[in-house]
Amino acid sequence: MLSIKNLKASVDGKEILKGINLEVKAGEVHAIMGPNGSGKSTLSSVLAGSERFDVDGGEVTFNGKNLLDMAAEDRAREGLFLSFQYPIEIPGVSMVNFMKTAVNEHRKYLGQDSMSAGDFLKMLRDKKKVVEIDDRLTSRSVNEGFSGGEKKKNEIFQMAMLEPKLAILDETDSGLDIDALRVVANGVNKLKTKDNSTIVITHYQRLLDHIIPDFVHILYMGRIVKSGGKELALELEEKGYDWIKNEVAVG
Amino acid sequence: MSETIDSNTMKYKLINLYQQNKLAIDAGLTDSMNKHREESIRYFDSLGIPYKGDENYKYTDMMHAFGKMYGYAFKSPKTVVDPETIFHCAVPDLDTHTIILENGWYYAKNQEQSGLPNTIVALSIREATEAYPELIEKHYNEQANNKGQATTAFNTAFAQDGLFLYIPEGVVLEKPIQVINLLRGTNPLLVNQRNLIVAGKNSQSKLIVCDHTLSHQHFLSNTVTEVFVDENAIFDFYNIQNQHNQSSQVTSLFITQMKNSNTLCNTLTLHGGFVRNNIHIKFKGEHCEANAYGLAIVDGKQHVDNYTFIDHAVPNCTSNEMYKTILDDEATGAFNGKILVRPDAQKTLAFQSNKNICLTNTARFYTKPQLEIYADDVKCSHGATVGQMDEDALFYLKSRGIGGHEAKMMLMYAFAHEVLSHIRVPVLAERYGELVEKRLRGELSRCEGCFVHCN
Repeated sequence: MLSIKNLKASVDGKEILKGINLEVKAGEVHAIMGPNGSGKSTLSSVLAGSERFDVDGGEVTFNGKNLLDMAAEDRAREGLFLSFQYPIEIPGVSMVNFMKTAVNEHRKYLGQDSMSAGDFLKMLRDKKKVVEIDDRLTSRSVNEGFSGGEKKKNEIFQMAMLEPKLAILDETDSGLDIDALRVVANGVNKLKTKDNSTIVITHYQRLLDHIIPDFVHILYMGRIVKSGGKELALELEEKGYDWIKNEVAVG
Repeated sequence: MSETIDSNTMKYKLINLYQQNKLAIDAGLTDSMNKHREESIRYFDSLGIPYKGDENYKYTDMMHAFGKMYGYAFKSPKTVVDPETIFHCAVPDLDTHTIILENGWYYAKNQEQSGLPNTIVALSIREATEAYPELIEKHYNEQANNKGQATTAFNTAFAQDGLFLYIPEGVVLEKPIQVINLLRGTNPLLVNQRNLIVAGKNSQSKLIVCDHTLSHQHFLSNTVTEVFVDENAIFDFYNIQNQHNQSSQVTSLFITQMKNSNTLCNTLTLHGGFVRNNIHIKFKGEHCEANAYGLAIVDGKQHVDNYTFIDHAVPNCTSNEMYKTILDDEATGAFNGKILVRPDAQKTLAFQSNKNICLTNTARFYTKPQLEIYADDVKCSHGATVGQMDEDALFYLKSRGIGGHEAKMMLMYAFAHEVLSHIRVPVLAERYGELVEKRLRGELSRCEGCFVHCN
């Protein structure tokens, strides 16, 4: 599904990703953990096509296509979804109009007809149930005045609507209370199939109690320094990031 | 004809034009209008055409408008073709009473066609001087009278026709009145239109004014509108400016509000080469509310300048202002928002916001909030921003598969929407939305709805 080879990226001449290698296959859940400033959010932004970062080297293929050659909107239409760490408020754009435009742009790209208003509203209702999102939220402007938890739920709702092949959840757990965390995690789990994949970027092991990863990678100073199974997350929780830092320093 | 002319020479040409045609200007009008002319032309002489850099014209060179050679018509145009049949408004399906003015002259057939109920009075201001002499005497030039406005004095000296609207005490008008101002001719033309609106006590009415050009000549329309809003009255004034991009438009709107009255004015500028809007609102009675909104979408070499002056002369009044501009290409714009809170005007609430987006590096916007507060128990705020499109929001939309062009459209529309959300005629708000979207997509031609296709 996703193959990252020696990916390097920088911002304003400062190198942040120093050669990332990662293989994600259909149906897999990968967790990427790491201390602050290790490049976790940069990786997700670069994959989603943010122009804020310069890609300095390496290659990324997504379902056999060169991802780095594609515009951000085409990456989304190809089935890549980024759940933002800090979702953007867009006053004046209604959630319904936003989602309708997004869904139809996806369909247009795939050569399908636009969805009828009736079908769209039905889909909206169904997906709202999946992520337990309030009716109030979809009748408002995009993220405007939403609480932190509501914004994160809204990201998962958008993910449900767009049915991506690969979802990257960037610190979706940050700022969530236990109930909101459960709702968000349940949403992600319900959307899981054997054909789609998820990359969970997180600071803490807490979210991984709800979304069980197949693989855990530790990102530090722009490189993946350790990979393992879900037990690696527990080990990390127990020993802290200093353990990794020391190991890297020694190595 | 297009050689540059300096502002002093132009001023004397215009004064000369007045002196040569004094008899023709006065003809058929009573003293109630004519008596103001001499003083006004002298005042115009003393002020001159406003120069760029003048406190109230810091960013706008009025010679762009006045520095061209125009013809002048001292008589009503002999309408050969019924304007109704050649013009269909770009705001369709709006159920209104329609009144047409051509080149600033009131169209003779308005009476039979507008379907206005006989409880309200809509007339040519010429006729009103005969039919409603006491109202003209009391209100004409009462607000506009030579208070530092050269273009207004110029209008008062030349004014021959325009709309007179009188909503008597207690009358509530269900449907909005729509005024369509058409400019057309075979030569460049300067037009001084003069409107007077009297909203009686407890009355409620809404006026929509659409400004259009039907031929491609250079036009300069210099319009003065005085509105007197009596106690407890509610009055809305919507102005859709859609003249062609070689035309110049100067509007001056004066509103005086008496006790407990409530007004809204909303200026939507879509096309027009050079636009300067002056809005003066004065509270003369307590517990009034005034709302002033404006949205301009400009590109090419368009220039738009909104000047507002809200005079909190008495206590306990509220004013809300929100002006927004989207500028593309080499368009330029300015906003000057003056709020005066006089010493006794305690408990004043005055809010002002001016936000602007420059889509290119060559577009320019200048904004100048100007608050003068002489009372101590007031709440006033102002905010002004000039920026580019929000890159983070753009990326967010793209990351959901919404393409760059569509994403930009959405954000621009969202930016504009805040102004549209304050329109108090629901169906008009919808139509505004459509007009704005078309304009943003570059699909709105200035001749929208007209089958003459003069260009």
